[in-house]
Amino acid sequence: MTAFVALLARNRLALAGGVVLVCVVLLALAVPVLPLADPDVTNTAQRFQPPLSPGALLGTDHLGRDLLSRLLWGTRLSLAVGFAAAIAAATIGAAIGIVAGFYGGRTDNIIMRGVDMLMAFPYILLALAIVAALGPGLFNALIAVAAVNVPFFARNIRGITVGIAHKEFVDAARLAGLSNRRIILSEILPNVIPVIVIAMSTTIGWMILETAGLSFLGLGSQPPQADLGSMLGEARSALITNPHTSIVPGVMILIIVMSINLLGDGVRDALDPRLKSGALSRPMAATRVDRAQTPPPPSGAGLLEVAALETQFHVRNRVYRAVGGVDLHVRKGECLGIIGESGSGKSVTALSIMGLVASPPGVITGGAAYYDGHDLIGAPYGRLRDIRGRSVSYIFQDPLSTLHPLYRVGDQLIEAIRAHRPIGRAAGRAKAVELLRAVRIPNPEKRITDFPHEMSGGMRQRVGIAMALANDPDVIIADEPTTALDVTVQAQVLTILDDLRRSRGLAIIFITHDFGVVAQLCDRVGVMYAGRIVEEGLTSDILRAPRHPYTARLMACVPELGAGKRRLEAIPGLPPVVDNLPQGCAFADRCQQVQAACRRAGIPLERHGTHAVRCLYPVPQSQEATP
Amino acid sequence: MTGYILKRLLSAVPVLIGITVIVFLIMALIPGDPATAILGSYATPENVAKLNRDLGLDKPLVQQYFIWLGNMLQGDFGTSFALNRPVLDEVLERFGATLVLAGTAFVLCAVLGVAAGVVSAANQYGLADKAITFAVLLGISIPSFFLGMMMILLFAVNLRWFPVSGMWPIYGARSLSVLLTHLAMPAFALAVVATGVVARLSRSAMLEVLRQDFIRTARAKGVSERGVIWRHALKAAMVAIIPVLGIQAGFVLSGAVYIEMVFQWPGVGRMLVDAILKRDILLVQGGVVLVAACYVLFNIAVDVAQSLLDPRIKT
Repeated sequence: MTAFVALLARNRLALAGGVVLVCVVLLALAVPVLPLADPDVTNTAQRFQPPLSPGALLGTDHLGRDLLSRLLWGTRLSLAVGFAAAIAAATIGAAIGIVAGFYGGRTDNIIMRGVDMLMAFPYILLALAIVAALGPGLFNALIAVAAVNVPFFARNIRGITVGIAHKEFVDAARLAGLSNRRIILSEILPNVIPVIVIAMSTTIGWMILETAGLSFLGLGSQPPQADLGSMLGEARSALITNPHTSIVPGVMILIIVMSINLLGDGVRDALDPRLKSGALSRPMAATRVDRAQTPPPPSGAGLLEVAALETQFHVRNRVYRAVGGVDLHVRKGECLGIIGESGSGKSVTALSIMGLVASPPGVITGGAAYYDGHDLIGAPYGRLRDIRGRSVSYIFQDPLSTLHPLYRVGDQLIEAIRAHRPIGRAAGRAKAVELLRAVRIPNPEKRITDFPHEMSGGMRQRVGIAMALANDPDVIIADEPTTALDVTVQAQVLTILDDLRRSRGLAIIFITHDFGVVAQLCDRVGVMYAGRIVEEGLTSDILRAPRHPYTARLMACVPELGAGKRRLEAIPGLPPVVDNLPQGCAFADRCQQVQAACRRAGIPLERHGTHAVRCLYPVPQSQEATP
Repeated sequence: MTGYILKRLLSAVPVLIGITVIVFLIMALIPGDPATAILGSYATPENVAKLNRDLGLDKPLVQQYFIWLGNMLQGDFGTSFALNRPVLDEVLERFGATLVLAGTAFVLCAVLGVAAGVVSAANQYGLADKAITFAVLLGISIPSFFLGMMMILLFAVNLRWFPVSGMWPIYGARSLSVLLTHLAMPAFALAVVATGVVARLSRSAMLEVLRQDFIRTARAKGVSERGVIWRHALKAAMVAIIPVLGIQAGFVLSGAVYIEMVFQWPGVGRMLVDAILKRDILLVQGGVVLVAACYVLFNIAVDVAQSLLDPRIKT
C-alpha cells in the first residue's frame, strides 16, 4: 500500500490532479460556511456584470445573480450528484455482477444477456428514455446516469467474481457449511471491493460529465437550483454577448474532470505491474549501442566475425550482462553451431549482430560484428537495414509468432524481396512459389495464399527459411529453428538447411540447445555459458572429447539411442543470474572438479590449435566424456 | 462471408427484441395514468382515447407489448402529439441530419485518433508523444458542449470563419460546400472526445504489438521502419482498435445530442430532447428504438470488418 502511494506520488501529473481535486472537494464542502452572496437572489439591475466588478468577483449572470456563489454551489451539487451516481451504479452493478459470477449457470446467463442488451444502447438513448419516463429533474437525471453505468460495473465485477468463485478458500468455506450469503459477504466481497473502487475512480469523472450534460440539456437540475451543467445551459443564450457566464462553469467542469482523469491514470499506472517494469516500452528500429571502448579490429578470419561482443539489459537500476565478451566467426559455406542452456546468451548474441535485440532494455556495450570487414554495430540505420535480410538473414524459433498473423505467406515472402529491390506482381509471385519449392513445400502455387495459422508447424518453419533465402543472402543466422518441431519434421528442416549450405555456399550460424542437431549439421561448435563462450572447436573434436566440464555435463544430458539403460543426467543447480555474476568461473558452483583457484579471477579462453577452452582444469583429453 | 453476415444479422434479432423490451419497460415506469401523463398538456379526450387504443393501455402488460411491437413492425410508431405527424416520418427525417454529423465525426475520430496513436507509439517518450498525450488528456476532459460553445465564440463570432449554427443557411442555395462550412465545427467538436479515446487505445495497442516477434521478423527482413509501423504493426493493432471504434460510434452518436443542441443542428438528438421537454413520449420511444436498432446494425458491420481483417476469426 505504501509502495503504491509512493509510486503514485512519483507520478507528478497524477499528484497534481489529486491536489487540485482535493482542493475543489474541500471548497465544495466549505461552501455553506463561506461568506458568499445568496446564489438564488436575482437583481436584474445588476445583470451581466463583468468579472472583477465590485461585490461580484466573477460577475453576475442574466438575472444578476452572483456567479462566484452560483459556481461554488453548482460545483457542490455537481460533485455530489456525480459521486452519488457513481456509488449507486457501483453498488447495484457490483451486486448484479457478484450474483451472476457466483451462482453461474443459468442465473449468470440470463443476467448477462440482460446486461448485454443494455450495453447495446448508445448510453444517452437509455438515459434519455429514463428521463422521458420519469420526467426532467436532477434526481431523475441521477437515476438515469447511474442506471446507464450499471452494466459496466456488472460486467467487470462478474469477471472478477468468476475468477474468485473457484478459488480454494471459497471451496473451503463451502465445505465448512457456510451459506451462500455468508460466503459472498465474507469471502467474495472483500476481494472485489478494490476492483470496485478502481472502476469507480475511472468512471466518476465520466459520470460528473454525464449529469452535467443532462442538466445542460435542461433535463437535470431545474431552476432556480443550478449545477454546473445547467449554469452552462442557461448561459448559452448569452454566449455571444456575455461569454464569461459560459466560460466560468465550463472551465470548472474541465478542471474537475481533468484532475480526476489525471488521478485515475496515475492509479491505473501504479496498479499495472507491466508499466512498472518498463516492459511496455517500444523496441526501437535497432538496438541501442553505447560502446565505452573502440572494438578490436577484424582479424579477417571469416565472412562474419563477432569480436568481444557485450550486450546488456538495463532494467530500472539493474544491469543484466546477457553477453559478456563473445568472439566467433563463420566462413563461407561453413556452419557454426552455438549451443547452451536457456539464458546462456546465445540468442542475444545472434540478435546483437544485426541490432535486433529489443531496445529498451537492450544495449550493446562493447565489441563489434564485422560483415565482410565492415562493422555492423554502430553502423547507421540505413546501412543496417540494407544488410538485414539481403546479406544476412534470420530464421527464428517459433514460426507461429514470428510470421505476421494477418498477411498471407506469399505476400510476406514478396515483401522480403521488395524490401531490397523492386519486383513486379507476377515476378514476385513466381519468386515466392520458387522459394517455397526450394524448401520443399508441396503445392507451393496453392500454399502462397495460406495464412500462417492455416499451416502446420513444420510448413511454417519452411516458410521462415524460404523468407530468409528470399534475397540469396551470404549468411543465415538460425535461432533454434527446429526447437518447436517434432523429430521427423526437424530432420527434414535440417536436411533442407544442409543442402542449401552446400548448393549455395551459405554461411550458417546455428543456435540450439541440442547436441544431436549440432552433430548432424555443424562443422564447428561454440559452447556458451552465462554469456560467454566456454569451449569452441571442431564439432568432431568436441563430441569426441569435450574439454570443459560444462560441455561434458551438457553432452551427458543427451540420451543415446540404443543405450537404453543410461540414465538421463541433469546438471544440478541453475545457471547464475546474469545481473550478479561471480568473479571467477561462472560454472564453479555447479562444477564437480571445482578448485579454489576457479573462483579467484576471470578465466581466459585458452586456444590450442582449433580447440579453445575456458577452464583452469579441463577434462584430460584421453578421458572419454561418456563412461 | 455471406453466411457469416447472415448469421450475425440473425443473432441481432434477440438483441433488437431486447431493446424493444427495455424501452417498453422503461415507459411502463411512467407513474400514474400513462395516457394522461404521456400526453400532458396536449391531452384532449380524443387524444387520450387514441393513445389508449394505440398502446392498448387497458390490457395486461404483456399484451400491450405485443400490440406495440406488432404496430412497429408494420411501420406504425404512432403519432407525435406535439408535432401532429407520424413518428416514423419525423425520426427518419431527423436521423439523416444526425447521420451526416455523427458519420463525419466518426470518420474524423477514427482517422485522427488512429494516426495520433500510431505517431505517439512510434515516438514513445519523444516530443510528439508528449504533445499528443497532453492533447488527448485535454480532449477527453473537456465537455463537448463547452468546447462547441467556445468554438462558436472563437471561430464563428470573432474570426467569422464558419457560420454560428444550423445545417443550412435560412436563405440561399444548398450545396456541398455550404454544408461543409456548417458541418466543420460541430463535427470537430463532436469528434474530439472519441479521438482522444481512440488515440489512447491505439497507442497502447501499437506498443503491445511492437513488442511481438513478427515485428522483429519484419525488421530482420530489412523492412523500413515506416513499413514496420504502418504496415506490420498497425494492421495487427487494428484487431484491438476496431472493436473500440465500434464502441466509440455509440459515444459519438450519444455526444451528437449535446452538439446538436449547441449548434442548432436539426438532428434526432435535439428532437428527442425537445420531445422529452414536451412530454411527447411516443416520439421519444420511436426515436430511441430506431436509433438503437441502427446502432446494433452498425456494430454488426464492425464485426464483419473485423472478420475481414483477421482471417483467424471463423466465419
